Amino acid sequence: MIAYALAFGFAALGLALALNLWRLVRGPGLADRILALDTMVINVIGIIVLAGIASGSGTSFEAALLLAMVGFVGTVAFAKFLLRGDIIE
Amino acid sequence: MIGDASLAEVLTSALIVLGSTIALIGSWGLVRLPSLIERLHAPTMATTLGLGALLAASVVWFQLARGMWTAHELLITLFLFITAPVTANMIAKVHLHRMRLGETDAPPGPAGRPAPPPGDADWATYEAPHPGTPGDFAGD
Repeated sequence: MIAYALAFGFAALGLALALNLWRLVRGPGLADRILALDTMVINVIGIIVLAGIASGSGTSFEAALLLAMVGFVGTVAFAKFLLRGDIIE
Repeated sequence: MIGDASLAEVLTSALIVLGSTIALIGSWGLVRLPSLIERLHAPTMATTLGLGALLAASVVWFQLARGMWTAHELLITLFLFITAPVTANMIAKVHLHRMRLGETDAPPGPAGRPAPPPGDADWATYEAPHPGTPGDFAGD
């Protein structure tokens, strides 16, 4: 039963990543592309969590936590650069 | 129907299906909604509800099926709940900033273009740090 749920979850998150990629390529603004990248990070964290349940190992959560932090810092740095022309003033 | 399935399996499966469906709905909203300001709220739902349900599924699975108490997932949930509003605010600021500079043809959103500030005041993102700004040590 959990195998079916995991297969559904992987399929749904993969489709969500494809939709985010469409928005990333299409734009139209730079802010849309930042938002699409941020959403891709969220969906990849979801896939890592599902992979952790599937493999039964506890080590994938460090990867998910690291990705959550790096994704946040990357998004904020990108937005800050567009707002001020500099990241650390 | 689910006679031989344990409670852990049923609960985890339900949470996985719920979370990934909400994440998919969030990404579908990102594609479907007409302007950036409207697009901002769809992935926010995916972040909080979708990933929240997936991480809860992970907690339930490792607790009930393996007898292993893990708290990493709660840390990720807490971190995402704190950072999601900050990210959304920064992206909205970028959108308004570029729209006012005329650097983008993107549709402005339901509220229209932002009005210019009154008087000789300006948005904080346009002002250079001036004397008296916290963190400005140029004059020291």
